[in-house]
Amino acid sequence: MSFRFTQTAIDTAEARRELQDLGAGGYVSFEGWVRDQNEGQEVTRLEYEAFQELAVKEGERIVAEALRRFPVKHALCIHRVGSLGLSDMAVWVGVSSAHRGEAFDACRFIIDEVKHRLPIWKKEHYRSGNSGWVNCERCAAEPQHSHAEHPHRVASNP
Amino acid sequence: MSIEPIYGLVLAGGASKRMQRDKAALKYRGRTQLDLAFEVLSRHLQRVFVSVRADQTSDPARAHLPMIVDSVQGTGPIVGIRSAFAAHPQVPWFVLACDLPFFSDALIHPLVGRRGTYGFATSLATAYKSAHDGLPEPLCAIWEPSAAPALAEYQAAGGHCPRKFLIRYGAHLVDLPDPRALDNVNTPEEYSQAAAALDNSAPMQLKIQYYALMREQAGRSEETVETSATTPADLYTELAARYGFTLSREQLKVAVNSEFSDWSRRLAANDAVVFIPPVAGG
Repeated sequence: MSFRFTQTAIDTAEARRELQDLGAGGYVSFEGWVRDQNEGQEVTRLEYEAFQELAVKEGERIVAEALRRFPVKHALCIHRVGSLGLSDMAVWVGVSSAHRGEAFDACRFIIDEVKHRLPIWKKEHYRSGNSGWVNCERCAAEPQHSHAEHPHRVASNP
Repeated sequence: MSIEPIYGLVLAGGASKRMQRDKAALKYRGRTQLDLAFEVLSRHLQRVFVSVRADQTSDPARAHLPMIVDSVQGTGPIVGIRSAFAAHPQVPWFVLACDLPFFSDALIHPLVGRRGTYGFATSLATAYKSAHDGLPEPLCAIWEPSAAPALAEYQAAGGHCPRKFLIRYGAHLVDLPDPRALDNVNTPEEYSQAAAALDNSAPMQLKIQYYALMREQAGRSEETVETSATTPADLYTELAARYGFTLSREQLKVAVNSEFSDWSRRLAANDAVVFIPPVAGG
């Protein structure tokens, strides 16, 4: 299983062990953390929600694509859902490989595709007491904006 | 879904001679044609009226709906259209005949969105191009206020056919999304065929799951709906009207049975449908 969700803190030590390989000369990981601000607003916490059945399938397809494109040994992505506080880890990507170059490339590829393709949403709660679904509220409030001016990618068909 | 600053007019003053029964009162899936047409327009337009003759105002199929009674002389649908302009001269009218059983929500936006210019002047009307002969369909069309004086002139010169009027004066023509969507019923045989076709596409049950913003706007995370929508696109139109979703379909993806799907896929009973708002993982 190369992609999974968790309701609790991501156990990176255990995840890293799944990538071990005698032929691997190194490993690259990326951790996505909850930041205290976004677009000028002070963020206090986040809620992540996913359409898990489809997201797991699409996540596994992303990792499989990475393994085809880059000569790496193993890759794994774990995404957390539920309520997260500041500095909590929302997503973890790890790649092991014989050489470092392709490990960085594959890790970057996976996190970029995950952000763009998986049916995962986050609601930001702000210090002001307001809250909003990222990428959804502004579009809805300003339908006159063309998509070109206001880029956001939604999950693409495989 | 936005409500357009356009008024709707369902023409229900016809003589229904070939049908030998009042077309407005014909029933499809248990509802009258007039009520069905009135409801579709009401979901999208600011106000909707039924066009009636003076002797029809207490007719049971019509009396419960807001009416515009013929106020100009003459015969044919142009009388109803001119009477609507006489009552509300400043607004464009979405004019709809009362014998189009396949008319649906999906036919509103293509006309509304394509109202435009014809040559150098704003066209008097925006109409569908008939799938049968390529000519304008005047009775599922948006008529602009500028058409009113031209209609009066045309009628004064002895004209009574709205299609010939649009051919002569020029209309902005739009392709039909479905070539059969404006098939009309004039005879008892056509009525029984149309009623059977609609019964065969009778409502089916679909399972819908909502996530994130759409879950909040729908006020639920899942439901089973009974719908006659045949594609995810039609289903979204229907549910957006019900729940007031703020996201347009262009901003969404759709999944059927946990795989990404085309918007035009034909849905089957018990399919599980998920609309996917703009994502924000990571």
